[in-house]
Amino acid sequence: MNEKQPALMAPVYNDRVVTQFALAAVLWGVVGMLVGVIIAAQLAWPDLTFGIPWLSYGRLRPLHTNAVIFAFGGCALFATSYHVVQRTCQVRIFSDVLAEITFWGWQLVIVAAAVSLPLGYTTSKEYAELEWPIDILITLVWVTYAVVFFGTIGIRRVRHIYVANWFFGAFIIAVALLHVVNSAELPVSFMKSYSAYAGVQDAMVQWWYGHNAVGFFLTAGFLGMMYYFIPKQAGRPVYSYRLSIVHFWALIFTYMWAGPHHLHYTALPDWVQSVGMVFSLVLLAPSWGGMINGIMTLSGAWHKLRDDPILKFLIVSLSFYGMSTFEGPMMSIKTVNALSHYTDWTIGHVHSGALGWVGFISMGSLYYLIPRMFGRTQMHSVRAIELHFWIATIGVVLYIAAMWIAGVMQGLMWRAINPDGTLVYSFVESVKATYPFYLVRLLGGLLYLSGMLLMAWNVVMTVRGPGTAPAVRRAAAAA
Amino acid sequence: MDSLYLLLPLSVLLVLALIGLFAWALHGGQFEDLEREGWRVLEGNEAVVAPPPLAEPDANSQHLDVAQIEQFRP
Repeated sequence: MNEKQPALMAPVYNDRVVTQFALAAVLWGVVGMLVGVIIAAQLAWPDLTFGIPWLSYGRLRPLHTNAVIFAFGGCALFATSYHVVQRTCQVRIFSDVLAEITFWGWQLVIVAAAVSLPLGYTTSKEYAELEWPIDILITLVWVTYAVVFFGTIGIRRVRHIYVANWFFGAFIIAVALLHVVNSAELPVSFMKSYSAYAGVQDAMVQWWYGHNAVGFFLTAGFLGMMYYFIPKQAGRPVYSYRLSIVHFWALIFTYMWAGPHHLHYTALPDWVQSVGMVFSLVLLAPSWGGMINGIMTLSGAWHKLRDDPILKFLIVSLSFYGMSTFEGPMMSIKTVNALSHYTDWTIGHVHSGALGWVGFISMGSLYYLIPRMFGRTQMHSVRAIELHFWIATIGVVLYIAAMWIAGVMQGLMWRAINPDGTLVYSFVESVKATYPFYLVRLLGGLLYLSGMLLMAWNVVMTVRGPGTAPAVRRAAAAA
Repeated sequence: MDSLYLLLPLSVLLVLALIGLFAWALHGGQFEDLEREGWRVLEGNEAVVAPPPLAEPDANSQHLDVAQIEQFRP
């Protein structure tokens, strides 16, 4: 970013759509995390919402996952990918109109999800709960997104395509493929459909989708952010650009077949389970290569980490990425999975990736992006970013530690057998034993949400604060 | 496992497409000067400008020589 020449910004790049998505990401982040805190509280106090069906756990849980993944994460990915592709290709976005359509289309998808899920409309496919009319809308928006993104790559003025764009591109193509294959369904009425697959076939397609959604939506896309915003914020190039290329190709060639590890010890053929486990173990190599590459970008400039809270967000996100990409392959080993599966350990694993990696890298990138989109050099309050970082970090640590302990405890209680072959514990005893950990998890979630609220306040103050951008000043003068 | 008859060919097609894309990137010169590309994002990129030339070793000037530049590179 070149703050000296803000006048040049308007004609060269489309920052409008980037700003829209960035602000939407903050709003949906608050909403999605609030719903997460509510359902965490419901696990501790099941009668919290007075038995109102629209607020029952079963309906709010998919609302939480859809809101944080597709609304918060999705908007952050749209904002950063549109920003990065324009800057690194040194060209204005392919089509302003189509970009605007992706923004309003995506908001429509989010609102449709927020209405239909509490009303009880669901395909019951995890992370793909939305019914067929919304699925079609998602497809249309996504194809438009692909046209805008790859169109911009096509008219680039720099021959080399920067590595972040490769990651964003893989994310866009893979999500299109996954969504279309997994959402193949037969509509029977408005808002009711049946999956094109049945039984274990459906489970296999679902987790082929589910895990690749983790791999391409929650990993590849956010690695695109990592490869642009860490070098920009640190003022140093990627530690090894060569390694980043190897990271990209290794990750996309090996990711597709990790899905069966979600179906260990089920009706899925044993060899498919083993294939899933092997591919999951292989993934450790590219994941850690990428993590080390990102962290080592600060090599020789570690002092920046001390003073710069945005860098703290970006670098600590990578340490959580490293933790969860080590934990994931370990949990995919069948003997480990025999203990961990169906326990809260899985929830802890997911949240170390979601809160620690996806959340932190998005927040760091948005803290970089938002002031620049309004012609400022930094956020309204840098101390508030620092506070946000520490509140959120403590929140994540409380959350995942509580879920680790709860998960291992549940796994051990469920498999404990008396000498006469009967179970030592009934299921409800394991639920009762989990209660204190649900409270600690709720506390962790509350801290994480508080950090997000602090970010929202900081963003509002930054947007409203004394402007330096000519466009903002003009708008203020005209008002 | 009927669903594998869908998913496996799909994966094979995808890998073939990826190999094609990789070949295009390789022969299309995407990987010709990788270290240079890492630095490019740090340059002021608001206006469309030609990238400044790499520093040349010059015995008579006060500029950094190649060895000094290399130590800044990973």
